[in-house]
Amino acid sequence: MRDVAIISFAQTKHQRAVSDINEVEMLMPILGEALDGAGVKKDRVDFVCSGSSDYLAGQPFSFVMSLDAFGPWPPISESHVDMDGAWAVYEAWVKMQAGKADIALVYAYGKSSPGDIRKVLSRQLDPYYLGPLWVDPVSLAALQARVGLEAGAFSAEQMAEVAAASRRNAKANPYAQLSGDAEVAALLSEPEFVAPLRKHDCPPISDGAAVVVLAADGAARELSEHPAWIRGFDHRIEPHALGSRDLTTSVSTKQAAAKAGVGDKPVDLAELHAPFTHQELILRDALGLSDGVSINPSGGALCANPMMTAGLIRMGEAANRVTNGEASRAVAHATSGPCLQQNLVCVLEGE
Amino acid sequence: MSDIQLPERLEGVEPVRSIRTFASLTYQYTPGRAASRFLKEVERKRLVGQRCPVCKKVYVPPRGSCPTDGVATEEEVELGHTGTIVSFCVVNVPFMANLMEIPYVGALIQLDGSDIPIMHLIQEVPYDEVHMGMRVEAVWVPDGEISHTLESIKYFRPNGEPDAPYDSYKENA
Ligand SMILES: [Zn+2]
Repeated sequence: MRDVAIISFAQTKHQRAVSDINEVEMLMPILGEALDGAGVKKDRVDFVCSGSSDYLAGQPFSFVMSLDAFGPWPPISESHVDMDGAWAVYEAWVKMQAGKADIALVYAYGKSSPGDIRKVLSRQLDPYYLGPLWVDPVSLAALQARVGLEAGAFSAEQMAEVAAASRRNAKANPYAQLSGDAEVAALLSEPEFVAPLRKHDCPPISDGAAVVVLAADGAARELSEHPAWIRGFDHRIEPHALGSRDLTTSVSTKQAAAKAGVGDKPVDLAELHAPFTHQELILRDALGLSDGVSINPSGGALCANPMMTAGLIRMGEAANRVTNGEASRAVAHATSGPCLQQNLVCVLEGE
Repeated sequence: MSDIQLPERLEGVEPVRSIRTFASLTYQYTPGRAASRFLKEVERKRLVGQRCPVCKKVYVPPRGSCPTDGVATEEEVELGHTGTIVSFCVVNVPFMANLMEIPYVGALIQLDGSDIPIMHLIQEVPYDEVHMGMRVEAVWVPDGEISHTLESIKYFRPNGEPDAPYDSYKENA
């Protein structure tokens, strides 16, 4: 195995709607910021991989145009995943393991504002049974929460505690969209939005983008004094049919965590891509995180949830905290699909 | 299909071979800063590109960045309403419904002062006389109908100038 590290991270200030600039204009400044942070010019980047979805922009092949923000000339080695940028990191990591790249740049972006995001996301469902019903992700998450509440897997109070802690943590995050102090009792007195979920159980709708730079072996040591080394990396997926899954737990996260070696040594902090409060509770359990682990010090996806990007942000936020010494061992997690269908787990460590 | 054992009650039932599930989504398109400025200028019957500070190329319509250098383009450059055909094709398939009488010509036109071509229609000339290097001019819709869209230019037509030398457009040919 080659040692690969995250050596730089940049993100936009996430907003409900970025309506004056397009995706390229949104990406360009942070691509420059991430390259500056890594101390390299783009000609040293061996591989570029991006994560985005054309369904968000409503434009076929919009991801190709996004390369204009990087400047792919002379011709570059490049790829794209129609997934969260965390999976683009996985592809880059595999490429680096194969010895095909020493420095890789991964970017992800998502503007939810052009369309009706709840309708757009219903298009990821199977086209025969659920797709024609236009079931939206909030309703599916509500079904999952209901199953968990009824089964006693978690309580409404615990869910509100997740919301309160996320917003409190986000007060220190200048890129977050939501932050502040909220009392659990006050949150619980709010009306239900899509029962049993209240508004605070759901993520904000966000426009945003993020970039990480990866470096392998000597390149990482040359460019960074404190690289955040990727020591475990795995992703797993569960069946498309929701009825064939146990929604109160996350089997795929458990499997990915075991493969990534999460439990091999103590974990200091975890950045979990849990767009809904009860999903953080499910993930904490699936990852086997003890009470002492700092969860989502950035505020997590409940405080800024740019589609296709919020998982990559978890990796960047965790890496930053390893680099600055706040954590010596961190877990970054990303999810995709309804009700935590697909999960990626990455273990990051300092020297 | 053949190795699936159907229950008895489904034997002889006509199988479902396909279904159609229609979907329609509505989007609001954000052209962005650069393209917005371009479209606002079209509304004023002006064609304005943007120059890359690194390679000095002028892009139209501008997208706010140089795709070669990955840097923001800010300097605005007013372009002529005339240009040179750098490539063209004769369309013989009526895929634009009945909007156009076939055959018609679609062309890449490098506007004077710019470095990349735009695509538009060529009219007022027999299709078999269109050629690379041909000089053309924009024919705009009546002033009252001009708005922030490239459809404000109806088409391009030959302007009678001698052909442009190949060197002037070879990078895009
Ligand atoms: Zn340039």
